[in-house]
Amino acid sequence: MPINYYIFLAIALFSIGIVGVLTRRNAIIIFMCIELMLNAVNLLLVAFSKKHYLVELERLKVAGLEAVTNVGTDGQLFVFFIMVVAAAEVSVGLAIIVMMYRNIHSVDVNFLNRLKH
Amino acid sequence: MIIIKILFGFLTVVAIFSALMMITSKNPVYSVLWLIVTFFSISGHYILLNAQFLAIVNIIVYAGAIMVLFLFVIMLMNLNKETEPQKNRWIKMIGAIAGGCLLLVLVAALKDVGLKKQVAMVNGGDIGLIKNLGKELFSTYVVPFEISSILFLSAMVGAVVIGKKE
Repeated sequence: MPINYYIFLAIALFSIGIVGVLTRRNAIIIFMCIELMLNAVNLLLVAFSKKHYLVELERLKVAGLEAVTNVGTDGQLFVFFIMVVAAAEVSVGLAIIVMMYRNIHSVDVNFLNRLKH
Repeated sequence: MIIIKILFGFLTVVAIFSALMMITSKNPVYSVLWLIVTFFSISGHYILLNAQFLAIVNIIVYAGAIMVLFLFVIMLMNLNKETEPQKNRWIKMIGAIAGGCLLLVLVAALKDVGLKKQVAMVNGGDIGLIKNLGKELFSTYVVPFEISSILFLSAMVGAVVIGKKE
């Protein structure tokens, strides 16, 4: 599958995430849009990892070597670490949102303007 | 090859449609459910790229754990269509235009970037299997792996400290 398709798919998902962050006022939905953007980046990392693997495989085939390589494993491990960080981020972020709901009885981000005054 | 193209198109359409439904639906619970559909279709893309480990982790961690956490919080706060705050129409339009501009600029910049001949390997290649990833993770990346466990511990402590009543 051409890498272009994956690039455009990831751009589309990322832009939808941006639009969600800009147009919604519910803090939980904004948070979910951030997760969507992280996933778009993950998808692109995996696609590029498979691209580099294929390039290396063809290079080895041309050189007449044994076609065993682990080029591109790094990209998929980065995706794994992004997922780990996202899980930690979600736990802390949702705790902050719950605390905010306890204080102002709403999840509307427009009420969080205390720094403005 | 044609079946892979059909699958790719189907998963792409599902992902983009459900992402759009996620940001447009009024009820937060529906938003969460649409986001789960998006995550499943992204997992389908991973399976198409033969990144099986990441596909399963994506389903277990994202669609399983994280989304259930979101759903719990939404139900705990009893959010629904009536309590959903609405921005006024102009702000929404400006947000959509800004996001559309970003989409336009990125597509225009990357359209002729010279990657047309480059192909991501689908339906083959064994770097996405648990054997290879595990070998690499526990040899080259063992220090970041251990540090991420400390990160989890601190996130757990942080969530408890923030969440407890004072």
